[in-house]
Amino acid sequence: MEKMRVEGRIWKFGDDVDTDVIIPARYLNVSDEAELAKNCFADIRPGFATDVAAGDILVAGKNFGCGSSREHAPLAIKAAGIRVIIAESFARIFYRNAFNIGLPLLESVEASLGLSDGDKAVVDLAAGMIEGAGGVFPARPIPDFMAQLIAAGGLVEYVREVKIGR
Amino acid sequence: MLMTITEKILAAHAGRDRVSPGDLIEAKVDVALANDITAPLAIKVFGEIGVEKVFDIDRVVLVADHFVPNKDIASAQQVKLVREFAREQGLTNYFEGGESGVEHVILPEKGLVLPGQLIIGADSHTCTYGALGAFSTGVGSTDLGAVMATGEIWLKVPPTILLRYEGTLRPHVGGKDLILHTIGLLGVEGALYCAMEFSGSVIRKLPMHQRFTMSNMAIEAGGKNGIIEADETTLGYLAERTSARFEIFRSDPDAHYDRVIDIDVSGIEPQVAFPHLPSNVRPVSEAGDVPIDQVVIGSCTNGWLEDLRDAARVLKGRKASPGLRLIVMPGSPLIYKTAMQEGILETFLEAGAVIGPPCCGPCLGGHMGILASGERAVATTNRNFIGRMGHPESEVYLANPLVAAASAVLGRIGGPDEL
Ligand code: SF4
Repeated sequence: MEKMRVEGRIWKFGDDVDTDVIIPARYLNVSDEAELAKNCFADIRPGFATDVAAGDILVAGKNFGCGSSREHAPLAIKAAGIRVIIAESFARIFYRNAFNIGLPLLESVEASLGLSDGDKAVVDLAAGMIEGAGGVFPARPIPDFMAQLIAAGGLVEYVREVKIGR
Repeated sequence: MLMTITEKILAAHAGRDRVSPGDLIEAKVDVALANDITAPLAIKVFGEIGVEKVFDIDRVVLVADHFVPNKDIASAQQVKLVREFAREQGLTNYFEGGESGVEHVILPEKGLVLPGQLIIGADSHTCTYGALGAFSTGVGSTDLGAVMATGEIWLKVPPTILLRYEGTLRPHVGGKDLILHTIGLLGVEGALYCAMEFSGSVIRKLPMHQRFTMSNMAIEAGGKNGIIEADETTLGYLAERTSARFEIFRSDPDAHYDRVIDIDVSGIEPQVAFPHLPSNVRPVSEAGDVPIDQVVIGSCTNGWLEDLRDAARVLKGRKASPGLRLIVMPGSPLIYKTAMQEGILETFLEAGAVIGPPCCGPCLGGHMGILASGERAVATTNRNFIGRMGHPESEVYLANPLVAAASAVLGRIGGPDEL
């Protein structure tokens, strides 16, 4: 994997965070990542976009990323600096999109409950272990195919290498 | 090996005799769809992959419907990029301007989606075409870019939840109410990663447009697809639109389902989803006194001709409550024209409605009907998330077209019986 270890500040969110609040539709008239990142969580967490640092960790509850298929949502989160998202569960289109663009996701009920906003955490992606102030939490291992995507750097590289053979 | 309709379609497109839930497959795609928001990113990805031509110029469909007619310079640039790509590639199905409407209304109307197909769209409501007995699901732009390049996609075979609807529908209750009720029952992640298969005698009697409404909102329960076996109603609908050939798949009677849920529809009233989740449903009689500022009738959920007819029946000879903005958006130019010929548009105008062009408009808070802080709207659309239709402190209530029209007259949430 590109980067096996992530260390950073935790940004915590609740259940059912939908792509409309991750990046409101009025900002979708552009697809430049840096522009999108500026408006990430603009409505529900003003200040996120300016305060988040590269390497930070997003922690959420159930069904993270539900709603529209806009890939602008994981792109905005990734471009803002988040390196991994930990949640109880993810909406399926968001799940695909994140891995496709090389943003790893971990599913862990324990970590979602045990980690607090503002704390520091260390995440070992390969082992699926998360360590924070509240303890050490196991995550469901990333499925093989998804790990291949992350290792390749995303779906584009994967398709170029494996399907087209360039 | 017994299989569900979803498993059979996936197996056929993966070139396998059988598949089981959890299998990771590479499947051939029949139709790939993107819109003016998702296509620009998909086109960028397509460029990065580095193939010259899309896999099939007849099977890549691009629809400009979200921010059109272009709402600002940035949107115009995006649509321009999509238009130029469509021209360069020689795509046979690019829709813009007077040829365009809401993508999920346009594709069935033009006979571009068929039973038994595998359809992938960079739009979450691509699940709409499940109503025709196709496997149809939404993805993001990177996936779609890869599909445009290769004509294939990786998919995990989902477990299926069978939903059986029996009983007799009450007046003013239809597909929208059945699906809202179902989402209320399952919750917004109740069908996460799962196929939803709608069946039972109630579905068999449901007209095509209401089947589309149900499949359209499968994603609102987290579903991967929402499928209905093709029958006489489906064939009748298709016969008027295409002569293309297709294969019909059906679930084996003893296929394995992850869950089977029986729903007796006889007690279901028209439903209203309160802010800010589609699962937050109540019967309209328990809505209480909720004054509203705007009513939107349209979208890929309820922008069908029959939906407009329903709304017009309620509005005929009545007026929208003073100060309330009633916005009607026909789903396609053909629906617009037919509604005009039938005199429905006149009914809307006399009721004080603004009739918008066939596009997404205010559904996603794009333009042409944005809400201010504290404002409330009843909409026939599919999502009522925070800020979906405008200001983060505005509210959206989801309902069927009859309830939406009645609410416009009442100035508060209510059903046609209260008029
Ligand atoms: S009408 Fe609304 S839900 Fe349907 S495609 Fe357009 S924005 Fe999406």
